[in-house]
Amino acid sequence: MNRQNAKLTSGIDWSIVGLYMALVIIGILCIFAAEHREGDPLWYNIIHVNKSFSKQIMWFGISMVLATGIWLTDSKFFTATANLFYAFGILLLLVVIGIGRDVNGSHSWLVIGGFQFQPAEFTKICTNLALAKYLSLLETDFKKLRPRLIAAAIALVPAVIIIAQKETGLALVYFSFFLVMYREGLPGVLLVIAFSAVVLVLSALLVENKQILFVVFTVITLLVVYFMRRQIRRKRSLLVLIVAIWAFCSAFVVVVVPYAFTKVLKDYQVKRIYVMLGKDDDPKATYNTRQSMIAIGSGGLLGKGYLKGTQTRYDFVPEQSTDFIFCTIGEDFGFLGCIIFLGIYVALLLRIITVAERQRSTFSRVYAYGVASIIFFHLFINVAMTIGLAPVIGIPLPLVSYGGSSMMTFTILIFIMLRLDADRQMVLR
Amino acid sequence: MSVYNQPRRRVIQMIFLGMILIIGTRLFWLQVIEKKYAKLADANAVLRKVVYPSRGIILDRKGRSILSNDALYDLVVTPANIKKIDTAYLCEILQINHEEYLKRLTGAIVKNGRVRPSVFAPLLQPAVFGRLQESMFLFQPGFELVQRQIRSYPYAAAANFLGYIAEIPPDLLKKPEYADYNQGDYMGLTGLERTYQKELMGQRGIQYLVKDNLNRTQGSYEKGEFDTAAIAGKNLRLSLDIDLQMFGEKLMKGKIGSVVALDPKTGGILAMVSGPSFDPNLLTGPFRNANFSRLFTDTTKPLLNRAIQATYPPGSTFKPMTAMVALDEGVITPSFGYPCTGAYYGCNRPIKCEHHDAGHAANLRLALAHSCNAYFSHVYRLSVDAQKFGGIKVGGMHKWWDYMSSFGLGHRIGVDIPSESRGTLPDTSYFNKRYNGSWNSCTNVFLGIGQGELTLTPLQMANEMCIISNRGYFFIPHFVDKIDGDNSDVLNKFKEKHVVARLADTTFGAVIRGMQDVIEAGTGVAARIDGITMGGKTGTAENYAIVNGERTKLKNHSIFVAFAPVENPKICIAVVVENAGFGATYAAPIASFMIEKYLNDTIAAKRQPLVDKMINTVTISPAMLQKSKLDSLNRIQVSTAAADAKARPKTL
Repeated sequence: MNRQNAKLTSGIDWSIVGLYMALVIIGILCIFAAEHREGDPLWYNIIHVNKSFSKQIMWFGISMVLATGIWLTDSKFFTATANLFYAFGILLLLVVIGIGRDVNGSHSWLVIGGFQFQPAEFTKICTNLALAKYLSLLETDFKKLRPRLIAAAIALVPAVIIIAQKETGLALVYFSFFLVMYREGLPGVLLVIAFSAVVLVLSALLVENKQILFVVFTVITLLVVYFMRRQIRRKRSLLVLIVAIWAFCSAFVVVVVPYAFTKVLKDYQVKRIYVMLGKDDDPKATYNTRQSMIAIGSGGLLGKGYLKGTQTRYDFVPEQSTDFIFCTIGEDFGFLGCIIFLGIYVALLLRIITVAERQRSTFSRVYAYGVASIIFFHLFINVAMTIGLAPVIGIPLPLVSYGGSSMMTFTILIFIMLRLDADRQMVLR
Repeated sequence: MSVYNQPRRRVIQMIFLGMILIIGTRLFWLQVIEKKYAKLADANAVLRKVVYPSRGIILDRKGRSILSNDALYDLVVTPANIKKIDTAYLCEILQINHEEYLKRLTGAIVKNGRVRPSVFAPLLQPAVFGRLQESMFLFQPGFELVQRQIRSYPYAAAANFLGYIAEIPPDLLKKPEYADYNQGDYMGLTGLERTYQKELMGQRGIQYLVKDNLNRTQGSYEKGEFDTAAIAGKNLRLSLDIDLQMFGEKLMKGKIGSVVALDPKTGGILAMVSGPSFDPNLLTGPFRNANFSRLFTDTTKPLLNRAIQATYPPGSTFKPMTAMVALDEGVITPSFGYPCTGAYYGCNRPIKCEHHDAGHAANLRLALAHSCNAYFSHVYRLSVDAQKFGGIKVGGMHKWWDYMSSFGLGHRIGVDIPSESRGTLPDTSYFNKRYNGSWNSCTNVFLGIGQGELTLTPLQMANEMCIISNRGYFFIPHFVDKIDGDNSDVLNKFKEKHVVARLADTTFGAVIRGMQDVIEAGTGVAARIDGITMGGKTGTAENYAIVNGERTKLKNHSIFVAFAPVENPKICIAVVVENAGFGATYAAPIASFMIEKYLNDTIAAKRQPLVDKMINTVTISPAMLQKSKLDSLNRIQVSTAAADAKARPKTL
């Protein structure tokens, strides 16, 4: 028996499995806490089948079955079927636009036999596989423009369809693949540009008077031209570039951002962004963030103790077992608890990077970086929104938030990576 | 490549750690340094008060408020906070004994637990509230007075469609679309209160108040920085005329039935009376439950909105529709005549006609004025048997069904209050099933004269008048004309014009002139008003019930439909008085008074005695009036009515 076991589990990265289990268990405990009402007999909730808490345990069971299945699959299966999965995922997303069901204003759910299922979660796996497959092709030279554009398209096509499903939050996740592409050789200057773009958008939103922005841009441009006058004298095209950037920024602020805010984003999302920037006082939009900040803030240094929180009970915090699950940790376990909790995530992320870097095949490395980026994006946006640092876009906390689609997706993501890692001696194409 | 990219690995690690560090810093500030949030969550220092928005009010077409708000107080208990209090004194004020006190307290603990507040005594009477308020400090913090708005109906009218609000039922609370509601929240359960719940409700707010050591509130916390303002509900503006509504309810006193008046130009409902009615204020305030069960068990079923929930065979009032279908299909022209000699002999059984003089159905106008049964039986058969549809079984019946369906029959017409009946409209498959496929236009010839398997709600009857007076189109009947401050598309469906017949003006003219003749010199002469041109049609619908196991013919329903003025129709009306006799006796005068009241604003002096007489007429049978007080017998009555409804399609 031991022999057999040793064979079956050989090569598995136990530290990742351990961190994974820790997060799932913390999640189940938090969901239990979020649903628990003072005075409820404990055993009643524990044996109650219809509670989110017990359903999450069921989802975990199903996830374990999936994980076992993946573990028993040959690594080559994933490289061989990556593109097939991607095509299937895209098809599924398109099908949802046709026959999907509206849940909370987003048209992104399929109903199969009484279970609701969100393909937008599932396509993260497909996209990650497809991107890894493409970047690991021998003929892909990621130093050239064309492969870079194709890679970007692989990542962003699902995002566009998901935006059409009115699930902008999940679509944003796909931008995390740019981190993977950066690791594979996308110029660092692009990250700088992306960062500047964020600053640009924020300034466009925060400054009412667009003329002031225009003047600021012009002043900056003139200063740059002044300080770079020598380089410009040597190379005239530099001046053209600077003027082009200046023109683009001005047009962006005056045309693109207002257009996006009126046409692309939904009313409530615009409101949430404004709320985060402190520009809107709409009570409905501020309510969620405010309540979750009160809950987390009231936790103090050490927290109120498990099941002792008053804010995450009694429905003060909305969506407390799904998107706002972090409130329970913040309130019950305080600052120290939060730091330990975030520490588990950081450990997981760093471990995944270590695992990624020890891969021999590009496919496995890209895939592992993809997993790390997706988890990181979810973690950062989710936690940041509960503490008022990011707008409320409904994306779950990986492995912790209540929800079958999300739990299964992250389980599959991680276990495919573990399978690939176990076969890292093999060069996969 | 891997070696080349080593610094990038570091950069990504730095990005991860850097962002987490931002979160950590923010958490440190939020949880350790800033004390405001901790205090907000502390129930002993800061009181979190839910501010309920005031519910939107409902106004009639002249801007008079017919449903508004009053304030009453609940006594709310939080069992865990009860200090040593003078229980006996509290019981004395509330006029309950100690056992009742303990019972309510246990009830509250069972329902909501010890730390959550529950209502201990709802909607206190003003006298009790006054005494309690004076000595409230004795009972705090376990007991608190919480203000609650109740709905009030200043005109004490229109109970049947305004609806009422009550605590959200537990089964609704579980549904995802009601996730915003908390247990004990109020919502509209019937009528307009239900349909426009979202608009009327508004948005709850939260106020944080600082408390002192004696639990008294000391003003807002942090100058209201954390407060969320409540947003008041939106007001509804109705097309209803409350004067007309009240007048209609007076006329229907002592009668079972209903009156529906529509504005044909907009589809707006001017009045919707269901008799017998009740004072809607009975269903607000402290005695709501007792009143509700009384109304619920009453034999005359006052809670039933007969204008949209009861269905009747339309009888002769349906004949203009038969004509309209035949005209639109082109199987007859206005000059089409039928040699009726007192009965229709086209089918096995003769169908009797009230008239037998030659030429009383020489053309459509005359036939309508004389309500000739033979003429409309024949015309009905012409239209369903028409060759161009391949006969009745192939396409004729279906075509006829299509017409009726487009007129709003056989399905909910879509009025903006819930629980509307569909009425019945038989189709080809119904007859195939019922007669095993062997049937023809003689089998259901009664449909042509509004009898048989066809039933309509009074609202549908009034809408028929809109189609005729508008000469071929209608708007979905509705109450709400405008929602103040609302840009949504809730009301768009009521602005869409439904064109159902495209006839030449002269063709419609024949139908309308026939109906005008009914009023001038025909069966509807009782509805005539000096100086107002009116088109109308009387109807008398036979009806049956199972009494003591036998099918018994009951007194006919009196039905009348009309529109006025003919040249520029402003009001379309349908009146049904159950078991009262001929259409001309009750329904026609009631409709006439309503039209006069609406168009002239008053009733001519010489007609006033007639109005008084009508108001004082009681058509409810004495037996029913007597039974109406007996709850136990009511249940028997309900089951007979159900049997009656089942039996109906088989009659005639």
